[in-house]
Amino acid sequence: MRPTLGWWYTATGAARERRIWTTGGAILLALLFPLINGWLGLGWEAKVIPIALFIILALGLNVVVGFAGLLDLGYAAFFAIGAYTAAFLTSPVSPFAFVREGHPVNFFLAMFISAGVAAIFGVLLGAPTLRLRGDYLAIVTLGFGEIVPLVVKNTPEVTKGTQGMNPIGFPEVPGVLFAVDPIPWYYLIVAVLLLSVVITGRLRAGRIGRAWAAMREDEVAAASMGINLVTTKLFAFSLGASFSGFAGSIWASYLQVIAPEQFDFSVSIFVLCMIILGGLGNIAGVIAGGVLLGGVDRILFDWISGIVHGIGAAIGNQDLELTDVSRSRQLIFGIALVFMMLVRPEGLFPSARRRAELHAAEELGEVAAEQERAVFVEVEN
Amino acid sequence: MAAIVIGITNGAFIALIALGYTLVYGIIELINFAHGDLFMLGTFVCLTTLTLLGFGTEVGVSGTPWWALVIAILAAMIFCGVLNMLAERVAYRRLRRAPRLAPLISAIGVSFIFVNIGLFWQGPTPRRFPDLLPQYDFVSQLFGLHTLVRFTFKDLFVLALAIPLMLGLAWVIRSTRMGKAMRAVAQDSEMALQMGIDVDRVISFTFVLGGVLAGAAALMYGLYNNNTVFTLGFAAGLKAFTAAVLGGIGNVTGAALGGFVLGLLASLTVTYAGGQWENVGVFSLLVIILVFKPTGLLGQALGDRA
Repeated sequence: MRPTLGWWYTATGAARERRIWTTGGAILLALLFPLINGWLGLGWEAKVIPIALFIILALGLNVVVGFAGLLDLGYAAFFAIGAYTAAFLTSPVSPFAFVREGHPVNFFLAMFISAGVAAIFGVLLGAPTLRLRGDYLAIVTLGFGEIVPLVVKNTPEVTKGTQGMNPIGFPEVPGVLFAVDPIPWYYLIVAVLLLSVVITGRLRAGRIGRAWAAMREDEVAAASMGINLVTTKLFAFSLGASFSGFAGSIWASYLQVIAPEQFDFSVSIFVLCMIILGGLGNIAGVIAGGVLLGGVDRILFDWISGIVHGIGAAIGNQDLELTDVSRSRQLIFGIALVFMMLVRPEGLFPSARRRAELHAAEELGEVAAEQERAVFVEVEN
Repeated sequence: MAAIVIGITNGAFIALIALGYTLVYGIIELINFAHGDLFMLGTFVCLTTLTLLGFGTEVGVSGTPWWALVIAILAAMIFCGVLNMLAERVAYRRLRRAPRLAPLISAIGVSFIFVNIGLFWQGPTPRRFPDLLPQYDFVSQLFGLHTLVRFTFKDLFVLALAIPLMLGLAWVIRSTRMGKAMRAVAQDSEMALQMGIDVDRVISFTFVLGGVLAGAAALMYGLYNNNTVFTLGFAAGLKAFTAAVLGGIGNVTGAALGGFVLGLLASLTVTYAGGQWENVGVFSLLVIILVFKPTGLLGQALGDRA
């Protein structure tokens, strides 16, 4: 067995070389970004941080949806749980007396606790619901995603309700000022992002990753090959949740204020759009999808809005001057989702395996695929 | 007691929307995510139609302009039916053979598109819906009892419209040629195709039927609650879906029953725990049913599947 250094190592020859170059290039670009941003005077540092953070979320959701094939529509709930756990442990308005009285938990410890709490909620939600068929699971997670912000909103004595919790503790590193400078945040988030890539990549290549793939493709066959469906699914669910919790704690500290509206359904869908656009199950694709969608959302929309406003001002049209293009973001995402499903359901940068699954019907010929489906339906019922 | 009357009346709209979910699920096993938003657009069609006819507000209107209401409900039913059919044609038909998650994601996309149509159409703030029905309380005015319980003309109106629609649907499914074809496709679309049934047409018809019911529910909702907003569809859709699941998804009688049970439950939650807990109660119920009895109350009675 040769030593494996990373998920990209599995390729051979020219493909492997290309992978090493693209991966290395991407990492280098990510690390040097603040410098480039400074040279070009783009002023994007405040925009890139949320994008990077949402990519961490996308990587976590990719484990659940892309690897294990469980559609989770309430992923933002775990994000909220992570954020609120971090706030409870570090904020002076925390419901815990010891935190209020001047003994906040160290932020880095709070990050891991947040991830752990989110993972526990993942198991709590997952354990009873994983027996369900895919689309039922989607609805239950959707319901959970709705309940969490509602409960937060309705229990102001604990969570400060719609008013939100503020301030929240900062990470403490000697000599680094997280409170005033976005650059340390950027590096912290990129570090977590890289770690997430390595963890999810290694897991996918390992035994558990193959179990996820087998389960996604055919649960019954996977079970008969000795895969324990319950623990395999639960692991995917709680791992995805812990990524979300981790990201939630960073988000809370970065923004310094969290309120239930930040964690509504559109967040779950935004993250889902990222992984579907990029390519379910493919880590590089998910990152590309995240960069693309985040860039469109945070940078391109502002830019277009600016141009539209400029045109409006020039020709004296008030409507154009006041149009906010980002208001149509949901519309654009909606059209993108339908369009992607119809034209390219495997995403822009699909994993080879996923593409094979989605185009099985065309390759096998319709009759064979129908037969396969018929059998599958019978088993499901 | 007052909660029970409100619950039953609200249950009627929920049941009508739930029927749309259950019909579609029964026939192609798709959770039509956009259905609640279709209902929302239906309320906007009613509002626009009434405004065009000069009844945008009840100010200066004496009596109930029944003819305008008839036009509004027909407009909403036709609009929703056609729109639902178009959505199926564009966004779901090609995905019928795809893995299950593909059409569901596509439906989420359609739902987003609908919400934004609503947003651009009527703006982000809630719109007032004219209060055109007679203010008549049967309990106090007919029986001379002055209690907190009210059974108003509005309640009667909703029930008098919803129940015949449900019976009509049952008749369509049970006794017409198209209904028979629907049942056949639901059971086995391959086999139905081989028996000479135009499966695409049957599925289109099912979407039209679901849309028509949503359109009817839209007018009732507007006249009963006197407001509408572009985000209405999400909560209404989830409630209706919960109702459909409660009754056993794919089961038409179950969906109607589930609607009434859910309406009651929601209004009791509002009365005893406060309005802000309503949706928490509904979603919790959904999770509990799916976990403990995913087949729903009437899920075993497969004979009635449509």
